[in-house]
Amino acid sequence: MKYIDEFRDGATARGVARQIALEANPDRAYRLMEFCGGHTHAIYRYGVQDLLPNHVNMIHGPGCPVCVLPIGRLDMALRLADRDGITLCTYGDMMRVPGSGGRSLLQAKSEGADVRMVYSAADALKLAHQFSDRQVVFFAIGFETTTPPTAVAIQTALAEGLENFTVFCNHVLTPSAIANILESPDVREIGTVPIDGFLGPAHVSVVIGYQPYEFFAREYRKPVVISGFEPLDVMQSILMLIRQLNSGRAEVENQYIRAVSRDGNLKAKTLVAEVFELRRQFEWRGLGVVPYSALRIKQRYARFDAEARFNLSYTPAKEHNGCECGAILRGVLQPIDCKLFATACTPENPMGSCMVSSEGACAAHYSYGRYQAEAGTA
Amino acid sequence: MSAPQARTKRTFGRPLNFKRGVIELAHGSGGRAMAQLIDELFAKSLNNPWLAQGNDQACLDLPAGRLAMTTDSYVISPLFFPGGDIGSLAVHGTVNDIAMSGARPLHLSAGFIIEAGFPLGELRRIVDSMAGAAHDAGISVVTGDTKVVERGKADGVFINTTGIGIVPDGLHLSGDLARPGDRIVINGNIGDHGVAVMSKRTDLDFAVSIVSDSAALHDLVQVMVAAAPELRCLRDPTRGGVATTLNEIARQSGVGMMIDESAIPIQPGVAASCELLGLDPLYVANEGKLVAVCGPQDVEKLLESMTNHPLGKNAALIGEVVADPHHFVRMRTGFGGSRVVDWLSSEQLPRIC
Repeated sequence: MKYIDEFRDGATARGVARQIALEANPDRAYRLMEFCGGHTHAIYRYGVQDLLPNHVNMIHGPGCPVCVLPIGRLDMALRLADRDGITLCTYGDMMRVPGSGGRSLLQAKSEGADVRMVYSAADALKLAHQFSDRQVVFFAIGFETTTPPTAVAIQTALAEGLENFTVFCNHVLTPSAIANILESPDVREIGTVPIDGFLGPAHVSVVIGYQPYEFFAREYRKPVVISGFEPLDVMQSILMLIRQLNSGRAEVENQYIRAVSRDGNLKAKTLVAEVFELRRQFEWRGLGVVPYSALRIKQRYARFDAEARFNLSYTPAKEHNGCECGAILRGVLQPIDCKLFATACTPENPMGSCMVSSEGACAAHYSYGRYQAEAGTA
Repeated sequence: MSAPQARTKRTFGRPLNFKRGVIELAHGSGGRAMAQLIDELFAKSLNNPWLAQGNDQACLDLPAGRLAMTTDSYVISPLFFPGGDIGSLAVHGTVNDIAMSGARPLHLSAGFIIEAGFPLGELRRIVDSMAGAAHDAGISVVTGDTKVVERGKADGVFINTTGIGIVPDGLHLSGDLARPGDRIVINGNIGDHGVAVMSKRTDLDFAVSIVSDSAALHDLVQVMVAAAPELRCLRDPTRGGVATTLNEIARQSGVGMMIDESAIPIQPGVAASCELLGLDPLYVANEGKLVAVCGPQDVEKLLESMTNHPLGKNAALIGEVVADPHHFVRMRTGFGGSRVVDWLSSEQLPRIC
């Protein structure tokens, strides 16, 4: 796999690890939050933490789209799937997240609801063509990365005059989530989550560019390094963050130069702005209600908005008792701190969303890293 | 008055139409249509003395040794895939389960559940392929069953095969025999079957030239058993892949394992496909692979015997059994860290075999 293996090379990794060990000041700790689930996954899957000195610690952020969707929104999807004549399609991980009462879309499917896994918004559109007698609803989730394809699907449906295709829109925005974490009392006042710097999103930044993060670096004095998702990207970005912290800088730097520019993908941004507008507020799992942090479909495209067509309304739902997904998503707790972790809550029987997606901190820790705690070999 | 003359007429039996004909409910009803299907397709293609007798059972003379027996059902989608089809797979899969005990496979049974409307031509392709695979493996399908269900109540064809074989006296291979210090060996590239099948799924558009590794492994096993007296256990990493097989053995034996990512053989096309689809090749199914655990003294001899066999050319030493009260399978990553290789949670790819 040319062009990928180079970013996973063990010899180069050892070189970067030596440099990190050399430059990291042993008299201080470095607490770096990787925002994205993609980073979390890479850190665990390749054992990146093993290559870092003990005083360089990664805090897992909320950047996992499946993880941050509140139960109440999932309940809306479940209600929709239970209606006659509806085919609900969504990404694979979303099907396993338990909603209120522990019922998941996968369970609804086994009880007879027509729920299908798709790989893209375009696949959902194909299903609408294929089953003209059914209402096909695309349960859209994700950050800025998955928003443009949803916009394309809606525009295509408009151009083709498709009457049986709608989108249940749950797209959320990265910068508002980062701002929320930085503004949260945990970080600002109590100081329980000391975050020294951020590993910035990779794919999200391909779309929105790195300009939106300049505000955080300036305003909150936190360095941000936009980082690719390969393990060497992560290692190099950690080194760049350490260098900024050592020299007292708080800037946005771009490690992922092979894909990210300052302004991002203008065409994609224009497309998104054409189809979507800001929601006044949106509830995030873990972060609570965050103002202007999500998108909804514009009035002009309302006939493709499942919320409008099927008259769906949002009721906040209670989290499972004892589930610490919220605190874990804010970086306040580690997966191992949750009393349900690896006991009541496992990938086979997830109680909370962080245990479902492979990008979730709990699932990643359970699947790849739990020997460190249990066998004491870290 | 003379007695009325008995008048009989030889009826003309119209042969099965393999070009345009389809399976009907009558083909499973026990009547004439079923008898015709058995005669003109199953008995003809799978041809052997036991089937020719036309009894409801096969009576078998068995050689000395312990009898190994296994059963497996095949529900793969699609039915035909690069490198095989459900017919050959139903032979290879069951033969391999027998062979992992060190047994020489002898006979198979085959039960078919067919959906009404299934084309007779495709059924013949499947049965012929099953006959070919059985012939190549030196075994016979000695008894069988055919059921037909209404259209929409199955997906084309499901097959169950049961197999028996004989384990030679004195040979004992078992998943609970792995001990710390033992070595872990695999006979070749991982993930070929899963990726080949997936490349033909209708909802996935990607073209790769990967062919399933589906093959009968009993001959390779005989060679390995002869070469390595310290062979502890064999298992074929089918559903759930190598990761699942290693976890099973670790739990059964009450040990841990440490494997080396860079030692695990994998074709570039399989690695790339898994990368694209977000799959971990360690969890992708194989149908012509085996994982062997062997005492350290014999591992060189074992590897040599395997690499000299056509089904073990890419055999590799991939890790070691270690003491671990938690029974973790761990892996040194090519990147330089380490991680758990956990049990598979949920289904990575449904209906892969």
